[in-house]
Amino acid sequence: MSGIKVILDKCVGCGLCLKVCPVDAIKLVDKKAVIDLDKCTLCGACPDSCKFEAIIIEREKVIVKDDLSQYKGVWVFAEQRDGVIASVVFELLNKARQLAQGLGTYVGAVLLGDKVSEKAQELIYRGADKVFLIDSPGLSHYTSENYTKAISGLVGKYKPEIILAGATTTGRSLVSRIAVGIYAGLTADCTGLDIDPERKILIQTRPAFGGNIMAQIISPNFRPQMATVRHKVMPESENNPQAKGEIIKETFDEATRDNRIKFLDFIKETITTVNLAEADIIVSGGRGLQEQKNFSLIEELAETLGAAVGSSRACVDAGWIPYSHQVGQTGRTVCPKIYIACGISGQIQHLVGMQSSKLIIAINKDPDAPIFKVANYCIVGDLFKVVPLLIKKFREIHAK
Amino acid sequence: MKIVVCIKQVPDTTDVKINPETNTLIREGVVSIINPFDMYAIEEAVRLKERFGGEAIVVTMGPPQAIDVLREAISLGIDKAIHLSDRAFAGSDTWATSRILAKAIEKIGGCDMIICGKQASDGDTAQVGPGIAAHLDLPQATYVRRIDSIHLDTTPRIMVVERLLEEGYELLEVELPALITVVKEINEPRLPSLRGKMAARKAEIPSWSNKDLNIDENQIGLKGSPTQVIKIFTPPPKPGGQILQGEPEEITSKLVEEIKDLL
Repeated sequence: MSGIKVILDKCVGCGLCLKVCPVDAIKLVDKKAVIDLDKCTLCGACPDSCKFEAIIIEREKVIVKDDLSQYKGVWVFAEQRDGVIASVVFELLNKARQLAQGLGTYVGAVLLGDKVSEKAQELIYRGADKVFLIDSPGLSHYTSENYTKAISGLVGKYKPEIILAGATTTGRSLVSRIAVGIYAGLTADCTGLDIDPERKILIQTRPAFGGNIMAQIISPNFRPQMATVRHKVMPESENNPQAKGEIIKETFDEATRDNRIKFLDFIKETITTVNLAEADIIVSGGRGLQEQKNFSLIEELAETLGAAVGSSRACVDAGWIPYSHQVGQTGRTVCPKIYIACGISGQIQHLVGMQSSKLIIAINKDPDAPIFKVANYCIVGDLFKVVPLLIKKFREIHAK
Repeated sequence: MKIVVCIKQVPDTTDVKINPETNTLIREGVVSIINPFDMYAIEEAVRLKERFGGEAIVVTMGPPQAIDVLREAISLGIDKAIHLSDRAFAGSDTWATSRILAKAIEKIGGCDMIICGKQASDGDTAQVGPGIAAHLDLPQATYVRRIDSIHLDTTPRIMVVERLLEEGYELLEVELPALITVVKEINEPRLPSLRGKMAARKAEIPSWSNKDLNIDENQIGLKGSPTQVIKIFTPPPKPGGQILQGEPEEITSKLVEEIKDLL
């Protein structure tokens, strides 16, 4: 059986591993680390913490049933709604190109939907060498069951080495289901993807614990290697109308359609036209706004910048703004290019949802507010004075 | 209705502090709680049971100390709890974890609905819920923010749910049995009642090992997990931000000047 052990000769009893153990399974006995195997979940935190390489996790050898070398190609799930391809897809195509070069293989895009054929060409312009297209009335709206069936079929037939999907509500739900059926490894919410140049496998980097810890994950013995990837972490691929590619049409067998779940309707519900996940800029408001009507200040700044509106939990709980705008642990995790926090103190639950943003601007009266610990620009001041001035000045820039 | 709720014990992040020198989590003395999203799953199951009758059962996989969250779930109105614990389960990734939970649900038998929180606060993957649905070949609706209606007298039995998306929500009609994962908006969890607390103390919670579930050892634990963690590290600390303090007119001009090229 697989297991964990401490090499007593190497352990110096420094206690570093005790601090990182999330389940409190390690104790020092006679200046040596002792692991309580009943508590240990083999999470892998302690071997990495040990400066003396005194803790090792032993893995039983996995018998690889399949010939892994037959898996070729880096695929991207081309998520679309009503024929509009999600912008994260172009980010993934860019990354897929890089990975495909590292592996000496092609970039594939998987496009499912009803009357979406013409979008296949757009994917080629954006960097796909091959587009696997299934155009069928049965796939007009996303349902996990039918999309899983269709994509698993393609995987079985064409055997891709890697599959990437956006870490969206659709992407995350879909590929989790696919991975189980085809017995493949799946890593959620990656912010980094690289090819190990020697082993030619995918190294997936992802934040855990809201970005306080990063983990690197591999799936060396299973194919395809699957990952969902966060928005806005990678630049989009360029649109090249000269690009050439192949469109491979496959069919969806309507007779096998899973009717246990039916799409009835989609109701749009955001107070601005920009959605949080895809936004380049997010303006968020917190308790510092004092009352609901002041949220209009946030909306106005957002509108000026073409930004989405976010909120701390406090404002959602107070009923000032719908839950769909909440950023943080019990809301959404976002990583826009610019995040502007107005009157948000920065509780850890909020920080874990936004601290991966590329540039953070915080406006708060309290110079000791925790939000300033993660901010690039810390504006210590009254938001009721600062925000209107920002609106005015940004408008002036736009006017030019 | 027979409802199973899958929950996870996680470290309480309200308790988590960051060591400012090393920028690492200080986990010493951090207490464990029910994953925040699972609280909504528990509440929804209890409400459904209260409305339609039947039974709400909670399941967790984890080391012996995970039994605490099962007792807490009972105090919140859950009828029964089952603890899945075996050293052979340790090291399971989301594939293997969903396999184990699915097998337990199969063993419980006759479930009409399975409810999970949308994701766990420590791993943040949101993969185990759909994973269970896939293993059991059940329809799934993730990120559910409301169950609009349930029709138990129709054939097939169906429910209509609202599924939260990036830009709004979609309405789905789902055949039962089904699995849903829920978001915070779905309800407001109650506090434990005195009667619930008594029940929690007295409850006998069976522990199932792999002897009970009888899953191929190649499909659980480290060995059955396609993914492997090769490294865990702390991201480099952010350099301290620029502090802008003084006259609002002045500092806003400075900020706008600095970032205008990024817009």
